[in-house]
Amino acid sequence: MAAMTPAGFAPGRATRWLIAVLVGVAFAVPLVSMLLFTLRDEDTGGYTLVHWTGLFSPANARALSPLWEGLGNSLVLAAFTVALVLVLLAPTMILVNLRFPRLRRLFEFLVLLPISIPAIVLVVGLAPIYLAIGRTVGTGAWTLGFAYGITVLPFAFRAIQAAIDAIDLRTLTEAARSLGASWPAVILQVLAPNLRTGLMAASLISTAVVLGEFTIASLLNRRVLQTALLVVGKMDSSAAAIFSLLALVLAFLLLLAIGRAGRLNLGKDR
Amino acid sequence: MSALAQAPGLTRSAGVEHAAPPRRTPRPARSWAWLGLLPFGLYLVFFLALPTVLAVASGIIVDGRLQLGNLAALGDPVIVKTFWNSVWLSLLTAVVGAVVGAVVCYAMLGLPQTGIVRTVVDAAAGVLAQFGGVMLAFAFIATIGVHGVVTGWLATSFGINIFADGAWIYDLPGLIGPYLYFQVPLMVITFNPAVTALKPAWAEANLTLGGTRMSFWTHIGLPVLAPSFLASLLLLFANAFSSYATAAALASQGSQIVTLQIRNALTSETLLGRQNLAGVLALGMVVVVGLVMWAYSAVQRKAAQWQR
Repeated sequence: MAAMTPAGFAPGRATRWLIAVLVGVAFAVPLVSMLLFTLRDEDTGGYTLVHWTGLFSPANARALSPLWEGLGNSLVLAAFTVALVLVLLAPTMILVNLRFPRLRRLFEFLVLLPISIPAIVLVVGLAPIYLAIGRTVGTGAWTLGFAYGITVLPFAFRAIQAAIDAIDLRTLTEAARSLGASWPAVILQVLAPNLRTGLMAASLISTAVVLGEFTIASLLNRRVLQTALLVVGKMDSSAAAIFSLLALVLAFLLLLAIGRAGRLNLGKDR
Repeated sequence: MSALAQAPGLTRSAGVEHAAPPRRTPRPARSWAWLGLLPFGLYLVFFLALPTVLAVASGIIVDGRLQLGNLAALGDPVIVKTFWNSVWLSLLTAVVGAVVGAVVCYAMLGLPQTGIVRTVVDAAAGVLAQFGGVMLAFAFIATIGVHGVVTGWLATSFGINIFADGAWIYDLPGLIGPYLYFQVPLMVITFNPAVTALKPAWAEANLTLGGTRMSFWTHIGLPVLAPSFLASLLLLFANAFSSYATAAALASQGSQIVTLQIRNALTSETLLGRQNLAGVLALGMVVVVGLVMWAYSAVQRKAAQWQR
């Protein structure tokens, strides 16, 4: 790899390090500050773990209850959204690629559309729809998953499409069909295992999107992790900072896992 | 002979006729296959198309009648000011974010594609660019908030009070830092593929023809990357313009930018004495973001020719 990067355009060692240190420090300051903020002892001015241990103390249980409730709702929503991606989006993508290749461009345009429509605009239109849903289906936390399914579409689509492009969908399907497999068997036992890295990446990135979503939940007055952070942050800023930090680290690990899985795949293909 | 010459054609078409029954079997299946598109299609109609149409139409269609007069709200001095605030904040953070992000991409140039640096930077950039929102606001409150760590450090060590002129962190200037914190990573994500697509052969050709490192950038590198850079810049602008979470968490009061003005309009029935203001503002946003994204895809198409 190093041989492929001649002195032609790659930056020198010193330049690389200078940029890394400057940008790295600028980006580390807010995160380190947030960590120090959670360790700060307001009474002595020193450092303490009391804010971290306080998360589980009964004395704080009442003040922190929105956070636990929000986290629970967000996890339910993540599961529901991942289910939508796996049960609704993935089979439709397989169908489009196999039987309606001419619709591929239109399909791609439609599923990438949520990138161009600001979430706040979507909320203005979702408000009356959720009023109707509330009257018929109820106001359970999971119902928000229908809206989240739309916001994760572009991310999930890209992950799954990359996996579909990497395998020969048609040959696999025809081979399985000619050996007498039913359509459900083709999808579950032949295609799904071959697409697993893409499906896994789509699930992880959808989880990360749902755990970080604020706009729609906030304006529809739903309690999820992010809206709860805001509520608790007004009373106990340390607890909100701790949860923010943990959520950022969790999202980072999710994306790292996707990146590593993708890279392993890349290496395999070469 | 002439009959025979035609025969192959005949027999072939006859053969097709014979082969037709097995071929035909997928045909009825094809008509059923359309049904497979239905669930997802309905889902898109109800949760993507319908909300978008409702959002945009609710501003100008009242009680089933077209009321273009509502659009006059977009000319209201208060609304014009919020749009202007949104535009300059987005433009400023897009330009600075694009330049800093491009420098980071340059620094990673030549590092192995599967290496640890790229994997970690990609993941970190993804988190900050796409899932930060409220959490980034908290990070900045913990850093340069009124009780922030850096605020306290500056005050005790240097006697500098950064809020001598008021708590600007909860106002428009306070948004610049957090916005850059997600704009730079977004630039790294969108611009990196273009930078990695620079071919070492171009650099070799440049050197063989007597060029220098500098001439590579002025004559080859920068012109090739310019369309991608412009496309990424447009994407960053649209991203900042549509952003809501960070601003909502920082500025819990007031509505300095368009997205916060929509919040205001949604939560209070009549604002500025106007009904359906949320819909009118949503329409205004869709027009701005739609134009920018249209320009983005046009430029991106031009940029893609170098990335094959």
